[in-house]
Amino acid sequence: MEQSWKQAKSVFATALAAPLVWLVLFFLVPLAIVWAYSFGHNAGLTEIAITGTFKNYARAIEPLYLKIFLKSAWVAALTTGLCLVIGFPVALAITFASDKAKTWLLLLIMLPFWTNLLIRTYALIAVLRDEGYINKGLEAVWNLAGKVVHLAPFQPIPMMHTNFAVIVGLVYVHLPFMVLPLYSALDRLDKSLLEASLDLGAGHLRTLFKVVVPLALPGIASGVLITFIPALGAYLTPDLLGGPDSQMIANVIERQFKRANDWPFGAALSFLLMYLTFVAIAVQALLSRGKKGAGA
Amino acid sequence: MTKRSAPGPLEYLRRWQMQAWLAAVGIFLYAPLIALMAFSFNDSRRNIVWKGFTLKYYDKAFHDSSLIEAFANSLTIAALCTVLSVALGAMVALVLWRFRFPGKTVLDGALALPIVVPEICMGVAMLVFFAKVMPWPVGLPWPLNLGAITIAHVSFSFPFVAVVVRARMASFNREMEEAARDLGAGEWRTIWDVILPHMAPSLVAGALLAFTLSLDDFVITFFTAGPDTVTFPVKVYSMVRFSVTPEVNAASTILIVLTVLLTAVALKMQGDPAGVAGAHGDGK
Repeated sequence: MEQSWKQAKSVFATALAAPLVWLVLFFLVPLAIVWAYSFGHNAGLTEIAITGTFKNYARAIEPLYLKIFLKSAWVAALTTGLCLVIGFPVALAITFASDKAKTWLLLLIMLPFWTNLLIRTYALIAVLRDEGYINKGLEAVWNLAGKVVHLAPFQPIPMMHTNFAVIVGLVYVHLPFMVLPLYSALDRLDKSLLEASLDLGAGHLRTLFKVVVPLALPGIASGVLITFIPALGAYLTPDLLGGPDSQMIANVIERQFKRANDWPFGAALSFLLMYLTFVAIAVQALLSRGKKGAGA
Repeated sequence: MTKRSAPGPLEYLRRWQMQAWLAAVGIFLYAPLIALMAFSFNDSRRNIVWKGFTLKYYDKAFHDSSLIEAFANSLTIAALCTVLSVALGAMVALVLWRFRFPGKTVLDGALALPIVVPEICMGVAMLVFFAKVMPWPVGLPWPLNLGAITIAHVSFSFPFVAVVVRARMASFNREMEEAARDLGAGEWRTIWDVILPHMAPSLVAGALLAFTLSLDDFVITFFTAGPDTVTFPVKVYSMVRFSVTPEVNAASTILIVLTVLLTAVALKMQGDPAGVAGAHGDGK
């Protein structure tokens, strides 16, 4: 099918040169420098000596930072789980909708997804803050009730700058990431298997857990991965919606590079985050390969 | 749906539980955005109680020179990024689709990296690169001062374009190419007259993708932007830091409308919403 590059050297060289140089110079080299810095230490105000030390990595797994890593992983896992629970019925509904409804439902899911992340997060601030829509709505209800029975003055529920707000924000931002892969997996299912299961007397829930979920497992796994990775490295959501105790790993990295000015340590942290991402990808690849082998 | 029959076994969409669930998810996704857009027209600074319709915040936003400058910067960067990303993405897609060569797997993997690496890691890498290796001269005339941000944007956009173009090339009928050869077309002529026309729809989709990716990016820009090169998201971020104001609502509404329009165009081009989404959604 493909021809050997030797048969059309001029085309090959012309087409490959620019993208290759760009990728190496403006992507791989910067990453390599950060990687080298992670084995160095500050040797002055702006100088960094690369000494091959593992001190930065050792510091990164001290309890203080390890806790933040674990917390980030936990927050990302919780986000992913919530997205899965909320998104699965949506994906199922889209799968069995008529063609026209399908297009509209997909559009419904995708439009927020194309809206700027910062604007979506900002929209949530207006909902959650003490003078936000939720608290103002509750206050109105409270005051109405206050006309009947004597109540204490309304105290807004503090939602902004909490872990709760971060989770809400992450689920809000990442829900489409989950729904779209789930839908494309469910769409490929053989519908007659579901009908057979229902005919043979299984209820809807039993069909769901015994037939649909096992068959859609690769799709579920890729949805989980596609949601988990960006949630793990989220910066903006914890930064804007979270409080001092809802730091995630990306916020710590940002601080090391900007305010704390400890680039080597920040470099080590960001590479640890990258390794975590690769581990997640590798686990998913192994799982899906195992599935293929077993399912053959 | 006027028939009053009971829903069939697999007509999940006709069950009220499912409809309620979808409605709840719809409200969750849309209510904050619609509220934001609605209150940008509200004649009150406290912006929670409706006090009447006004366009004054749009007027304010349009007269806020730093906001306009940030918006112009964003659009300029997005345009430059689109042109470069489409060219680079198409070239690398062509090479990977057409040739066997040593190191192909390595290139494939390296091209997937910008898509999966967390934004924050790429952001700090760009910060370090432009601070230590290739310091971008300060005080260059506009639009040259936007160079660093544009370079960073192209680095994460063009692999996405390559994904879209490669998906399109999978449907190419190679007999067309052979026919062109038989009729005496050379290598270049074949690419120009046979392969490129087949690529064209994916180039448009890729261009729109690169444009929205660039327009949307905050984290990576945040690390590469200097004090004199502020983009729209970075500007909004600094405004949001202080408080929720109607001006930000107005500016955000303009950007939302722009995004919706671009999405509509992209869907018209692509014809399949899932295709656009799949390309957009991998690890971003």
